[in-house]
Amino acid sequence: MTTAALESAVRSPGTPVQRIRRWLGHNALFVYTFAAIVYLMLPIVVMILFSFNRPAGKSNFAWREFSLNAWLNPFAPLGLSDAVIASLRIAFVSTIVATILGTLIGLGLTRYVFRGRAATNLIIFLPMATPEIVLGASLLTLFVSIGMARNELTILIAHIMFNISYVVVTIRARLAGFDRRLEEAAMDLGATEMVTFWKVTFPLIFPGILAAAMLAFSLSIDDFVITNFTAGSTVTLPMYIYGATRIGVPVQVNVIGTIIFGTAVGAVVLSTLLQRRDRAA
Amino acid sequence: MVAIPGAPDPGHCPSGTRSDESPVTTEVAVRLVDVVKKFGDVAAVDRINLEVRDGEFFSLLGPSGCGKTTTLRMIGGFEEPTSGLIELQGKDVTWLPPYRRNVNTVFQNYALFPHLTIFENVAFGLRRKGGLKDAELRSRVTEMLRLVELPGFEKRKPTQISGGQAQRVALARALINRPAVLLLDEPLGALDLKLRKQMQLELKRIQHEVGVTFIYVTHDQEEAMMMSDRIAVMNSGHYEQLADPETLYERPQTRFVAGFLGVSNLLAGIVLEKGTPYASVRLADEAVVRVPAAAVNGRADVEVGVRPEKIRLFGADAEPPSGLNVLSGTVRDASYLGVSTQYIIETKNGSRVSVYEQNVERTIHGSLHRPGEAVHLGWSPDHTFAVGPSVADASAGE
Ligand SMILES: Nc1ncnc2c1ncn2[C@@H]1O[C@H](COP(=O)(O)OP(=O)(O)OP(=O)(O)O)[C@@H](O)[C@H]1O
Ligand SMILES: [Mg+2]
Repeated sequence: MTTAALESAVRSPGTPVQRIRRWLGHNALFVYTFAAIVYLMLPIVVMILFSFNRPAGKSNFAWREFSLNAWLNPFAPLGLSDAVIASLRIAFVSTIVATILGTLIGLGLTRYVFRGRAATNLIIFLPMATPEIVLGASLLTLFVSIGMARNELTILIAHIMFNISYVVVTIRARLAGFDRRLEEAAMDLGATEMVTFWKVTFPLIFPGILAAAMLAFSLSIDDFVITNFTAGSTVTLPMYIYGATRIGVPVQVNVIGTIIFGTAVGAVVLSTLLQRRDRAA
Repeated sequence: MVAIPGAPDPGHCPSGTRSDESPVTTEVAVRLVDVVKKFGDVAAVDRINLEVRDGEFFSLLGPSGCGKTTTLRMIGGFEEPTSGLIELQGKDVTWLPPYRRNVNTVFQNYALFPHLTIFENVAFGLRRKGGLKDAELRSRVTEMLRLVELPGFEKRKPTQISGGQAQRVALARALINRPAVLLLDEPLGALDLKLRKQMQLELKRIQHEVGVTFIYVTHDQEEAMMMSDRIAVMNSGHYEQLADPETLYERPQTRFVAGFLGVSNLLAGIVLEKGTPYASVRLADEAVVRVPAAAVNGRADVEVGVRPEKIRLFGADAEPPSGLNVLSGTVRDASYLGVSTQYIIETKNGSRVSVYEQNVERTIHGSLHRPGEAVHLGWSPDHTFAVGPSVADASAGE
């Protein structure tokens, strides 16, 4: 909407119907955006709100009264703390391993032409394209057939596997716009290949690596389907919540959910600020 | 004044036996021997041999795609030659990586590190060498930024400076390492005309001040002429002539060089007599002209060349002074260009010759020559040159 159009609209009021039309014409995008945000945020607002509830029975579905009880004793329900710790551990380890491997694969695939490159490209993409349920089931078959006991290790292997795909895709997007002449300039100025990587390449693709790591972390902490197939007796947070719905979800689940949400928003805000500072100062 | 000692990079190469010769003063900064670079079947550089002298401003001039950048990248170490030898101050560096050559590059788009401040960009090379105290490093960077006239820019990021300033930073970043040779790949290509002219003088001044050998790539003949001590005029993978700007302009040796630097009139002819100091050549319209024997260089068929501004016009009834080469023709076109007037003259056999006449001449003649008028063209035999066909192929000429 140009200012000229706005001015002309103000200067020629016309009939009320025309005016409403015009108002809609100017504000439709705003209204639409607002509605979309409400739609997206409503479940989260409900989750946060109900973390302050004191429910009557076991299920936290109806608002009764305000309470800080769940926030003061977040790990009161049996098994919840173990599940959270297991999930965090799996998420951290799989994120670190997948980010390192995925970054190296991304660098290799964008920079070098080698035999099997096309095949590698395809294989890397497969876990993203395959339905999770199929992936989980086939992993289970694999682990059973090679006689591997299902525990946290099998979950880790599964999570690293699908996380690598997402990391590679993210890193490659970042590398696509990378000016190789910067690396040549570094070597021209006396930096060896290794120094060039750490002083020039790495700092420049770091935002991409960070984004990839954040994506991997959230995919891992949130995964239910594949985890369920490969978990054995290990219980992760999503599995705990799924199990709890049958007997009534404790308020503490909302508390943990709110904390995870808050952390995610914090991380996004932080990385945006960092990038902005990078660009400006 | 920034003093840059010669040969500050001893002993990278194990075969370097120069350490016992007291002050190292090599005459030749860079030597290319039979250098070939092929990309697939295409030879981007096709057997180049050249020697760049220590301390000179040397330019590679040529049209797009003739192999200038590839040549420069091989000297810098970013590209390995398919065959041939590259020597730097007498040392064979053909297979050394860029970080082990005492050469620095100013890239066409500057390639400043976007994540580092101007200070850190300039200090990058010194930090890699190490062994400098913080205070010393700081003073060297400050001094360098003063040399390129950017004092006080230390804290800015490359996104916060203009194109001309980025160009200076790139220069400072390269020169601070006191390289034996500085390579510049069309460093002014991204600047507007005015800034370009200003930076040309600036580059010349800096080169004079630091005394470093510059190898400068450009496709702008005017730029190359005004800045260079010597120019290699390149055409499809090799150079056609290597000389100082004046020689290139006054005595081009090939059709390509004559056409690439300025405007030339070329008239085919047959050598009648190879005398000294002048050979006589019969042109297609039967006129016989005299050409310096050195320019004919023993050939039997030549194209006789003369620059448009060297030709004087005489009315049909006037007698050109004896001793000049004379042709007769008819004015076909006269364009007034302010400083000069450009005439197109058609000779008897239909070739067209262009003539630039300074407009001061008009007041002497009293009037312009008009289209249709018969005239004589006269020029000194000393202003005449002769070219053979291009070394590359016939189609490479204008
Ligand atoms: N990496 C490459 N792969 C294949 N061909 C290349 C490569 N680099 C250059 N060439 C080819 O080699 C030839 C010379 O290229 P070069 O970049 O040296 O030209 P140039 O003289 O610098 O031209 P310009 O003035 O346009 O920069 C061109 O025909 C180009 O297409
Ligand atoms: Mg080039």
